[in-house]
Amino acid sequence: MTVIEAVHLTRSFERRAGRLRRSRTTVRAVDDVSFAVERGETIGYIGANGAGKSTTIKMTTGILVPTGGSVRTFGLDPVPARTAVARRLGVVFGQRSQLWWDLPLRESLRLLAAIHRLPAERWRPRETELVERLELADFLGRPVRQLSLGQRMRGEVAAALLHEPELVVLDEPTVGLDVLSKERLRTFLREDVAARGATLLLATHDMDDVRRLCERLLVVDRGRLVYDGDIPGLVARVGARRVLVVDLEQPLPPLTDVPDAELVAVEGDGVRQRLAFSPERTTAAAVLAAVAGRAPVRDLSVEEPDIEDVVRRLYLASGR
Amino acid sequence: MVEQARRQREGTPPSTAAAYRTVLASRLRAQLQYPVSFGFDVVQAALGFLFGLVEVLGIFHNVPVLADLDVRAALLVYGLAAAGFGLANAVTGQLDTIPTYIRTGTLETMLVRPQPVLAQILTSDVTLRRIGASLVGAGTLAVALPLNHVAWTPAKVALVVVTPLVGGLLFAALFLAAGALQFWLVDAAEVTSAFVYGGNYAAAYSAGVFPLPLRLFVVFAVPVSFAAYLPAAAILGLPGPPGAPGPLGWAAPAVALLVWFAAMRLWALGLRHYTGAGG
Repeated sequence: MTVIEAVHLTRSFERRAGRLRRSRTTVRAVDDVSFAVERGETIGYIGANGAGKSTTIKMTTGILVPTGGSVRTFGLDPVPARTAVARRLGVVFGQRSQLWWDLPLRESLRLLAAIHRLPAERWRPRETELVERLELADFLGRPVRQLSLGQRMRGEVAAALLHEPELVVLDEPTVGLDVLSKERLRTFLREDVAARGATLLLATHDMDDVRRLCERLLVVDRGRLVYDGDIPGLVARVGARRVLVVDLEQPLPPLTDVPDAELVAVEGDGVRQRLAFSPERTTAAAVLAAVAGRAPVRDLSVEEPDIEDVVRRLYLASGR
Repeated sequence: MVEQARRQREGTPPSTAAAYRTVLASRLRAQLQYPVSFGFDVVQAALGFLFGLVEVLGIFHNVPVLADLDVRAALLVYGLAAAGFGLANAVTGQLDTIPTYIRTGTLETMLVRPQPVLAQILTSDVTLRRIGASLVGAGTLAVALPLNHVAWTPAKVALVVVTPLVGGLLFAALFLAAGALQFWLVDAAEVTSAFVYGGNYAAAYSAGVFPLPLRLFVVFAVPVSFAAYLPAAAILGLPGPPGAPGPLGWAAPAVALLVWFAAMRLWALGLRHYTGAGG
């Protein structure tokens, strides 16, 4: 089943320029984007600030109408069919709260159950599960305004997932969280979505989010879709390089002349050197052999390409 | 069959009314949690209307009759207006926070919930303390009704009972219309205030105090005169000034419904404008 289908999806905004409102410029926040998301897929939607991520999410969830093309969510037109879509959709906007500020978290969950018209037989066990998995028990009775950011975020996720939505949309869910909180949240999300066969659409800056949660990437740049595929495919596409790090028995002058490898860093006066190479042109073994011919190698490691770097290169390739 | 099996397994979903009741009850519980503080809030909300009452009495201390009303009739009008306004303010008063909802993105979180946005705004933020105005209104009515010599008929009794509700609906429509305008006007809560509080002020007096163009405005354009003055004139059997005939007061319930539907229409347009423009 196709959960989201965007066909030539476009959204432009009119921006007034100049004080006299004479000239208007049209900004295309989302520009001719087409993709389809099948049930059970986990999608990382990534791009720089202002690349059009939030605008796409708004059009998918019924907050904003497209100015061109179309988007279908569960086969429905999201704005006219807003409430029907909303019943099957769980959204977390990292920057804003859907909890009642002055009420205890427990009460917010109860209200959301009422708004989604969930029978007690259905939401009570789900609430118990969420409280346990997201470790909410300690602050369930505290007004939301008194919660720390990490606690509130877990509360937000519980609120968005209480009705067991088929589609989970997360817009920057880990912004501002510490490393441990992020990791716990990711583990929970991955397991919950997988267990229910739900679909995940995750818009984020955080490459770790993507690595941990997403099988497929959609990369947007200035409103345009510049990549649709998995992480290895992205790496192959931009020719991302791996880095061989060698620790030598004795310092060597910078290894600038190793064939098919480029020296990217020298540490410890030449004891540790980093050499980047393209997997298509040579192998780690060949580079290592070339280095070992000059001095004994004490230790080594190979670093996988950094997605952030890969995306940066993708942007460069698309002419930024 | 499948639906039936699912229901048996999961239980029957609560009705829409039950969903609203749960939210409303929760809001009211939260507000009544600290009764003393709540009491002060009610008094504070009532104060403005107490001062308004003093103002009316002050005016009639100096003139026996203003336009077509004497002090007893003026109190009746003031009581009806305050009672209606308090109801509307408690239920729809938070519509003036729509600019905040837009700015903070709360509106977007409402749009991704399976309930009409207006219903969410109204139920999620009912402010009971604003009922203070209605208390002043009810008190004023308790004094004013016996003072006026009315030839009571069942129809007049019915009219005086429904008028606070009619007034409430009219003011609620004003709140709603002004709230809807916020979708076009950026951060203009003052518009709501001008609309609603100005409307309330106009409603608390005889339409006869206004010059004819303004009188036509409060009767036919933004018909706040139907909230109190015209029904009062109908009950008292007053002819009313030109352009605002007293018997028109009998039409108040119908007018209030009409204005409410117009305001709902404006609200739907406003919301559509918002989803079209994206805030």
